[in-house]
Amino acid sequence: MSEPATKTMNMIEAINSALDVMLAKDPEVVIMGEDVGYFGGVFRATAGLQKKHGKTRVFDTPISECGIIGVGVGMAAYGLRPVPEIQFADYIYPGLDQLVSEAARMRYRSANDFICPMTVRSPFGGGIFGGQTHSQSPESLFTHVCGIKTVIPATPYDAKGLLIAAIEDNDPVVFFEPKRIYNGPFSGYYDRPVEPWSKHDGSAVPEGYYRIDLGKAAVVREGEAVTVLTYGTMVHVVKAVVAEYGIDAEIIDLRTLLPLDIETIEASVKKTGRCMVVHEATRTSGFGAELAAQVQERCFYHLEAPIERVTGFDTPYPHSLEWAYFPGPVRLARAFDKIMKD
Amino acid sequence: MVHGIKDNLAPLHLHVPEPKFRPGDKADFSDIIVPEVDAISRPDEHASPADIHALAYGLVRVLGDDNHAVGSWNPGLDADTLRAMLRKMLLLRAFDDRMFRAQRQGKTSFYMKSFGEEATSVATTMALHSDDMCFPSYRQQGILITRDYPLVDMMNQIYSNSGDRLKGRQLPIMYSAKDYGFFSISGNLTTQYPQAVGWAMASASRADTRISAVWCGDGSTAEGDFHSALTFAAVYNAPVIFQVVNNQWAISSFSGFAGSERTTFAARAIGYGIAGLRVDGNDALAVFAAMQWAANRARTNGGPTLIEYFTYRGEGHSTSDDPGAYRAAEEYALWPLGDPVTRLKDHLVAIGAWSDEQHEALILELSDFVKASQKEAEQNGILGHGLHHPMETMFEDVFEEMPWHLKEQCEQMLEEQRDKFGPEWEAR
Repeated sequence: MSEPATKTMNMIEAINSALDVMLAKDPEVVIMGEDVGYFGGVFRATAGLQKKHGKTRVFDTPISECGIIGVGVGMAAYGLRPVPEIQFADYIYPGLDQLVSEAARMRYRSANDFICPMTVRSPFGGGIFGGQTHSQSPESLFTHVCGIKTVIPATPYDAKGLLIAAIEDNDPVVFFEPKRIYNGPFSGYYDRPVEPWSKHDGSAVPEGYYRIDLGKAAVVREGEAVTVLTYGTMVHVVKAVVAEYGIDAEIIDLRTLLPLDIETIEASVKKTGRCMVVHEATRTSGFGAELAAQVQERCFYHLEAPIERVTGFDTPYPHSLEWAYFPGPVRLARAFDKIMKD
Repeated sequence: MVHGIKDNLAPLHLHVPEPKFRPGDKADFSDIIVPEVDAISRPDEHASPADIHALAYGLVRVLGDDNHAVGSWNPGLDADTLRAMLRKMLLLRAFDDRMFRAQRQGKTSFYMKSFGEEATSVATTMALHSDDMCFPSYRQQGILITRDYPLVDMMNQIYSNSGDRLKGRQLPIMYSAKDYGFFSISGNLTTQYPQAVGWAMASASRADTRISAVWCGDGSTAEGDFHSALTFAAVYNAPVIFQVVNNQWAISSFSGFAGSERTTFAARAIGYGIAGLRVDGNDALAVFAAMQWAANRARTNGGPTLIEYFTYRGEGHSTSDDPGAYRAAEEYALWPLGDPVTRLKDHLVAIGAWSDEQHEALILELSDFVKASQKEAEQNGILGHGLHHPMETMFEDVFEEMPWHLKEQCEQMLEEQRDKFGPEWEAR
């Protein structure tokens, strides 16, 4: 069998490709959101899709996140497979009641009578001078909700494969796209030039259909000294810092936060004896707290040092002080120093 | 601290609505304007919303004071259909009475009656096709009864017993019956509004012929979902029928807290460019006629309609509510639009298609039927008496497949039960 044709894609192109593949493959797939139709999305994720697949498959909506997600729930109840876009994760809150009270519980409360195979795509995360309402990372609001799956890719290859799997999944999925790495991975060294995806692993993307199963983490760097659990933009920041300081870290890109790949996590921490969790989101009650608790329960007798959490601070995301807020190389290096001391 | 008071201006004051009557007051509804039958005649089903504004402020009526059906809105139903309608409304009333009593007897935790509003679920559903999707609030059990959903299954759900199709997961009366075109009821108010629009949009986008209909109460119109839904429906010309059952009360808050002091609920449609009808909600024929008008309009790509049913919540909000604590005692008896069941019955008698004897006999027959159904349902258990779905089912259907963390938690729960009940529990 010949290798499927691959193409170098950035994350936006990979997401566009996933949507294109699924629109062609499954007539029930419908894409909607603010500016996603004719214009092709403010980040170009849906560029060309309306023209190719028609206005009843890919269309613009009123500016109403409650409406977008609520209408999506109704479409899913009918039998469609809606893929609504929320323009920024910071603006998902007006749709939260529909996600938490409706989409997440539909299968459970109706005992499988009605289901909600909907994938809500939304750009998220900071590092782009987005200030308070273009930078947030609200993933822990969703991992706390029973009945929703939460997925965050870190490479173009993963973005396409995970998005296809999310769309095919019969449960509601929140698919957060780290917009800082739409065009190229980000090292966290904001004063260094940014390289495009074409120079990095994960940008060779098959043009056709493939999927990456939800609930499976990726070990992006094997190591013996410490396990780092992270996802999204921070995968690349951690990789850069580990390379800079020559730390023998095992870096795990969780990819799916819920359901969590606990086996991969547990095996790694039991091997290294140390665990650091890293995310952009604020610290208190962030997803890192759940990760730290799981590792503590499962690997307690293997731990040689307290679990470290490297996160955003517990403040709204600031504009001018972004690089003092962002969990970048200095915060990471200090955490590595601390965890390796014991 | 008050800033910038200007001597030449009277102070502003905040208006907080107050219902006209409170406990101890004598209710007097003489200010409610009940227009003549056919005061505004039935427009073409493709009328422009802008041309029928008057209907949003009037009151569509068919049954006149002489109990005869007259005017352009008269749907012209035959006697068999009218008797079937009466039968469903009486069955709903009998069911409500029985289940209310079951709650008082401690057989279940909760119940909500629809006393006085029977027409808004029964007559509406009769005007739909059986495969149109209904998105009810919690006071439209009449939809299920009209579509012949088994009473025993409704009761099983109310008792959360081993026969409950929803496996004891849902509060009583939060039914779900996809096969009967009855969408899963949510405790969160008005969330079904945008969902009904999405369902209708899906139907239209697939060139289907089915439409959707959605219900909410007057109080719930204040939710943001109401606005989102009407906006989307107007934008996409969705084949959906919005219904507001204005029963004057949202628990203890009178409809003024949803904005009724300034305008009608039907008039909300005007700003969205949606057809708006205000209907005598206790006139089953008017309710049927309005719904039929809206359904024909939706079914022929004429677009959405908002119908307000002007009615009165005859009893408490729920079994947890005592309306004597916030409203005058005899409001329902004095309500100028009467009782929907009595008015339909009087109509049938007036046209010589029914008699008081037949009516009494039917009430007894339905009461016996409900009692027999209740007996059958109670064989599957009542709430808290141990006959329920296996405990493991608590963890099912959160997701399509159970993830590891739920399997772990399920095992933990089973161990807790073993600790609690000992080894004999294992052999259950």
